[in-house]
Amino acid sequence: MADKQYDWAAIARNPKFVELHHKKSAFLFGWWIFSTVYYFLLPIGAAYAPGLFKVKVIGVINIGYVFALSQFFVSWGLAHYYAHVANKDFDRLTRELVDELK
Amino acid sequence: MKKLIAAFTLTLSLGALAYAAEPAKVPDAASASASAPVATTPAVATPVQQTVTQAAAPVAPVKKEIKANKTITIGMFLVIVGITMCVVVWAAKKTKTAADFYAAGGGITGTQNGWAIAGDYMSAASFLGISGMISLYGYDGFMYSVGWLVAYITVLLIVAEPCRNAGKYTLGDILSFRTEPKKVRAVAALSTVAVTTFYLTAQMVGAGKLMALLVGIPYKASIIGVGILMVGYVVFGGMTATTWVQIIKAGLLMSGACLLSVLVMAKSNFNLIGFFSDIVNNPSIQDHVSKMVLRDGVTLAGADAGQRFLEPALFMKAPLDQISLGMALVLGTAGMPHILMRFFTVPTAQAARKSVIIAMWIIGMFYVLTTLLGFGAAIHVTPQGISGVDKGGNMATLLLAQQLGADIAPIVGDIFLAFLCSVAFATILAVVSGLVLAASAAIAHDIYVNVIKDGHADQHEQVMAARITSLCVGAVGIIIGITAEKQNVAHLVALAFAVAASGNLPVVVMSLFWRKFNTAGVIAGLVVGTIAAIGLVMVSPNMTYPKTVAAGAQKVITALETKQAALPPGATLDEKDLKALDKAKVDYEKNKDGTSIMGLDKPFLKLKNPGIFSIPLGFLAAIIATLAFPSRRSEDMFDEIYVRQNTGIGMAKAIDH
Repeated sequence: MADKQYDWAAIARNPKFVELHHKKSAFLFGWWIFSTVYYFLLPIGAAYAPGLFKVKVIGVINIGYVFALSQFFVSWGLAHYYAHVANKDFDRLTRELVDELK
Repeated sequence: MKKLIAAFTLTLSLGALAYAAEPAKVPDAASASASAPVATTPAVATPVQQTVTQAAAPVAPVKKEIKANKTITIGMFLVIVGITMCVVVWAAKKTKTAADFYAAGGGITGTQNGWAIAGDYMSAASFLGISGMISLYGYDGFMYSVGWLVAYITVLLIVAEPCRNAGKYTLGDILSFRTEPKKVRAVAALSTVAVTTFYLTAQMVGAGKLMALLVGIPYKASIIGVGILMVGYVVFGGMTATTWVQIIKAGLLMSGACLLSVLVMAKSNFNLIGFFSDIVNNPSIQDHVSKMVLRDGVTLAGADAGQRFLEPALFMKAPLDQISLGMALVLGTAGMPHILMRFFTVPTAQAARKSVIIAMWIIGMFYVLTTLLGFGAAIHVTPQGISGVDKGGNMATLLLAQQLGADIAPIVGDIFLAFLCSVAFATILAVVSGLVLAASAAIAHDIYVNVIKDGHADQHEQVMAARITSLCVGAVGIIIGITAEKQNVAHLVALAFAVAASGNLPVVVMSLFWRKFNTAGVIAGLVVGTIAAIGLVMVSPNMTYPKTVAAGAQKVITALETKQAALPPGATLDEKDLKALDKAKVDYEKNKDGTSIMGLDKPFLKLKNPGIFSIPLGFLAAIIATLAFPSRRSEDMFDEIYVRQNTGIGMAKAIDH
């Protein structure tokens, strides 16, 4: 099965890997926390700030509806932003690291 | 060996048919009893409120009927079965190794996997339940749907790519990487089986009731039919067939939702602002809302009542419960074994990434369209008409389809309804197949191959073990489905997510990201998280509390006796009321001294969703146990799993021919 033995500890110390690891951790956990906070604002807002949710924006459509709908766009937007950064930065660093190990 | 399985399946189906033939004689009784438990689905329908409704609005509701045209519907079912069977035959030829069976040989593309994830995830509860909730409670239904999409951010950022890079077929593969494999695999398999059993039970019972209500197929026959098909897909076609069934289902579901949305918007001249004005100005919705808020002592009428339909808290009156459910969704989806398993079917981390993004678009678009369907049903079918057919609103989309179709021509209404029924049917098949596959992988790959046989099993034996296990899991699923007919299963989906969030997710994340994490941590996290989630539900208001039932019955008795006393002398209550009175008396006698399964008089906790307590407990247990029993080996091996999960170096190739 294992066709090649790697020195994992050495790879983990490789500057390329360290850079990848720092960039990736900051991005992933930072944006994960952002999206989670943004999401929980919805049930918390609906429960504790119903007055704000009732304010009409366009016609009879209110802030509550727009905010709930915005959750979809924020999620999609974040997904594409992540894909963009991952394709550009993370995959490039990974490729360089793998090439170096060959 | 293959012949043996075929023979066994045949015996199972013959036996099943014989079993199903018997209740077929009394389909009316079956469908009548089936519609009642579905009606109790929404959390608000407590006995007290029902009594209030009965007292306040004794007028006969607008009685609508929903019965699909049997010939067209069954015809469409057969088309779906036919197509999927061709897929199974094709997939069976390709399924030779364990990698083929569990992971489709890693040969699924990102786009295909995205559709399959969406097909795996959107159960009948999302398809029928959320639009129903919107049609009866407006805004809250829409708010509820948001969490199901946001959950995928966790999947995308935290678990999808690491799982592809570091895993092979199951949750146990990831967790056992730098721990003592046997113990960890055994516990992980148990947790997977627990989650899938809860989810599967809810799906099977839902399937049986839906088929009975819509097409008039008796409950047991529906369960057995669905069960045989799912076993057939999984046993013969493995992951390849399951994937394609899920892709077909997602395609059907999206076409149905798009078609109906266009029809709904056409009614409002494709003007979104006008559509919302139609909601606010609809007299039936206004009447429905003013009756609902009256229970809370609020008087609203006219456009104010209509506007209230677009504001929160008609349904979700316990904020903590909603936050708790939100936590279970956001963290639980990423811990669902059948979702994790989907990432082992693609060749690379990039494909895993792409598949989540595609799935997010499909799932998100679906929920946005669901809003149109739910509000559309409220405008055109009216909330009274919807709750007249099913108190939980589960039939809203189907009624809408029937009505909008019938506005074109009566036969079109029948065809639309039949089409959506077959979408529901395909939905159930796709979800249950994914669950059976995930449970079988845990038992066959983790327990049989790696614990019992120490990993020494050749490809032929592994595939055989997987097939036999799937057959058994499917058979057990059918039995559970039949025995749980009369049980209230509505909370089981939420429970499955809570267990996945409290048990699986903490240990998956820590395995991938925390150096010190070890065997003790995995076992403690899984056991404590799972038991906490289940235990809290056992003492929650989800269980049946006979004394509460008795109190509800007592209220009905009092109300009806007052009504009788008010009648002129000599007159008696009409037949319906008398029946209700007798039933209430029987209920009262039966329940007045009873206690819940846990021996409680009333719920110990007010929360229906345990996540807010059980998720932190799962994390804490894992952390404390890890620190209490440090393991040098686990720490030393962290570099390996961390490099692997980040880069995919040394990835276990799913293609190992």
